[in-house]
Amino acid sequence: MSHDNVAFHREHMLPEAPPPVTETGVIKWLRENLFSSVANGLLTVVTAYVVISIVVAAAPWFFNGIWDSPSLTACREMLDGRTGACFAVLTERWNQLLFGFKYPDELYWRPTLAFVLLFAAIAPVLFIKFLPRILLIFTGLYPFIAYWLIWGGSIMVPIMALLGVLFGVLVYRRTLTVSAGVAVLAGIAGAMVFWWAAGFLTGSTAGFMALEPVASRDMGGFMINLMLGVVCVSLSLPFGIALALGRQSNMPIIKWICVIFIEFIRGVPLITLLFVANVVLAYFLPPGTNFDLILRVIIMITMFASAYIAEVIRGGLAALPRGQYEAADSLGLDYAQSMQFIILPQALKISIPGIVNVAVGLFKDTTLVSVISMFDIVGMIRGPILASAEWNGVYWELFGFAALLFFITCYGISQYSQWLERQLQTDHR
Amino acid sequence: MKKTVFLGALTVAGLVGGAAAAATLDDVKARGTLNCGVTTGLVGFAAPDANGVWEGFDVAVCRAVAAAVLGDPTSVEFVPTTGKTRFTALASGEVDMLARNTTWTFSRDTDLKFEFVGVNYYDGQGFMVPKALGVTSAKELDGATVCIQTGTTTELNLADFFRKNNISYEPVPIETNAEGQQQYLAGACDAYTTDASGLAATRAAFENPGDHVILPEIVSKEPLGPLVRHGDNEWGDIVRWTLNALISAEELGVTSANVDEMASAPTNSPEINRLLGTEGNLGEMIGLDADWAKRAIAVGGNYGELFEKNIGENTPIGLARGLNAQWTDGGILYSPPFR
Repeated sequence: MSHDNVAFHREHMLPEAPPPVTETGVIKWLRENLFSSVANGLLTVVTAYVVISIVVAAAPWFFNGIWDSPSLTACREMLDGRTGACFAVLTERWNQLLFGFKYPDELYWRPTLAFVLLFAAIAPVLFIKFLPRILLIFTGLYPFIAYWLIWGGSIMVPIMALLGVLFGVLVYRRTLTVSAGVAVLAGIAGAMVFWWAAGFLTGSTAGFMALEPVASRDMGGFMINLMLGVVCVSLSLPFGIALALGRQSNMPIIKWICVIFIEFIRGVPLITLLFVANVVLAYFLPPGTNFDLILRVIIMITMFASAYIAEVIRGGLAALPRGQYEAADSLGLDYAQSMQFIILPQALKISIPGIVNVAVGLFKDTTLVSVISMFDIVGMIRGPILASAEWNGVYWELFGFAALLFFITCYGISQYSQWLERQLQTDHR
Repeated sequence: MKKTVFLGALTVAGLVGGAAAAATLDDVKARGTLNCGVTTGLVGFAAPDANGVWEGFDVAVCRAVAAAVLGDPTSVEFVPTTGKTRFTALASGEVDMLARNTTWTFSRDTDLKFEFVGVNYYDGQGFMVPKALGVTSAKELDGATVCIQTGTTTELNLADFFRKNNISYEPVPIETNAEGQQQYLAGACDAYTTDASGLAATRAAFENPGDHVILPEIVSKEPLGPLVRHGDNEWGDIVRWTLNALISAEELGVTSANVDEMASAPTNSPEINRLLGTEGNLGEMIGLDADWAKRAIAVGGNYGELFEKNIGENTPIGLARGLNAQWTDGGILYSPPFR
């Protein structure tokens, strides 16, 4: 037999053919994701129609927007019947939206600087694995720097506050050998005594390295939301941890104090607590005393957030297998050590999504202070700006701007927490 | 020793605090500023401008009192209050007076223990409808949907009015004026009802104010005025007569332009002389100096000037004087004589 008998045989390989049109590139993606079945195709068309009509309707509003005009009526004259936004309200009142209407405008750099430094201060905490630990010193100093920048006054006040904290820590260290609980109490008492004594000193050096002081009631705008959000979230974390541990404690008095506190605060709406801070306290304090309103609100929101965070962390503690507690005990660790090294690192990791949820919710809840006549960003919009003869009737632009600011902040927090969860992922998956 | 001193200081502070609460005038003078409660913002009545300076019709009353008492219309600490916090702010002593378009009612005057010192604006509840609806009287609103702020006296007034006229309506509950504005423009209701001054301000903010009419019926009495706490009648007198001085000044023809000239030497009108302190000792009687009323009038002018500047017909709000004209011009503004 020879080759002649074979009708055809291939001498070489066919070149690689491109995949069919429907199985590659854009078309494949479209088929798989948008038009995989008749029903899905229909839904895609309907959704596309809705999205396109929204964009078509909103685009002229954005692109015809007037950025420079003295009032809403002037805006409407310039638009001359066309659809268009009046963003001029933002360019004219941006400072009021961000800083409130009474913060002196030549001092805007101070809260702005404090805001920029905030990132430098929280970065070592947020990215603790990637940045040298020494930077945490700046984080510790930041609250005092920020206070001095925002409120002004003599630098001696924050310095003495800082020294008081350091003194308290020193007392804590010295008494730690007795017992952890005693050490904490002694540390707090030490700091209190130091502050009381320092009060005499700061009184006499009021003018030393003083920035122009700004009263709390002169602050407003998004600045207040950020201040309340940052301060209350960072304060409520340690309080929340303490409450969660207290609730699981074997000591009945501590346990019941924590249970009652958590259940009571959780059972009361935040707005009620704010009214108590603003209105009811005014009856109990002697007339003429000026207990700082922002401080009152910070205390109330922190209490509220602590109760919620305590419950989130309790969930994390409950999720740990009993064996972890027993393992810590079997190693001979005392309570403080077992919590610090074994229990809390695991429980907190489990609690991250819950904590972030509370933090984001809390940050948005800070707009509630507008009902107790504080001019946060929503208070500024609803009060002074919409009540001015020039801008009465501008809604979408202002509330859209506020929504944008909140979205940026909350989305940032949420993205960070997802990144952190991936970083800490050590599960057996 | 330190502790005793500290406790002693506390006691003294407490005593001073207690005494100061009784004599608001001394308190204000010692402090150097007048704490005046205002709204968090209401077009024409009180709102800070782009520079953060408070302006408006209610604000003008605060400034007049500050000028009369302290001699400086700018030494006022404006304390913004919401409808919910205003009365506690006054009762707790956080503010010395409230000029916050508050309706004078029986229960507020007696049960809440406040003293309304007068009326600076006579308001009343009205209705606004689109012109296209073709309605000329509120009595033709049978079967209409009406946007109404919940929990206010306007809600009760509305029910009373419709029941009295034996016609029906369907309420559309809303929370704030801003929401009402949106709902009404979106056509969720045929008519919008609130205080007439509020309706005028709302309409002024519309893109086409001419397409909407405010119906002539006023269905309630809403006398708005400044108020002080019970228990310090001398202070109440000062606020009352400062307001009366502004009203009398218009009646007597004293304006911000001519007040200096009229006060420099006695004129031939005895009442002007008594008002401006060139004759008699009225200032002494309320614990102030002779020039008090002159300073109050010099701030922004008399009642009529303040009205025109803040809410009058040449402003975007465009309110007519109506009931708020002098009694000599057919209104009901009537200041007791300065004698």
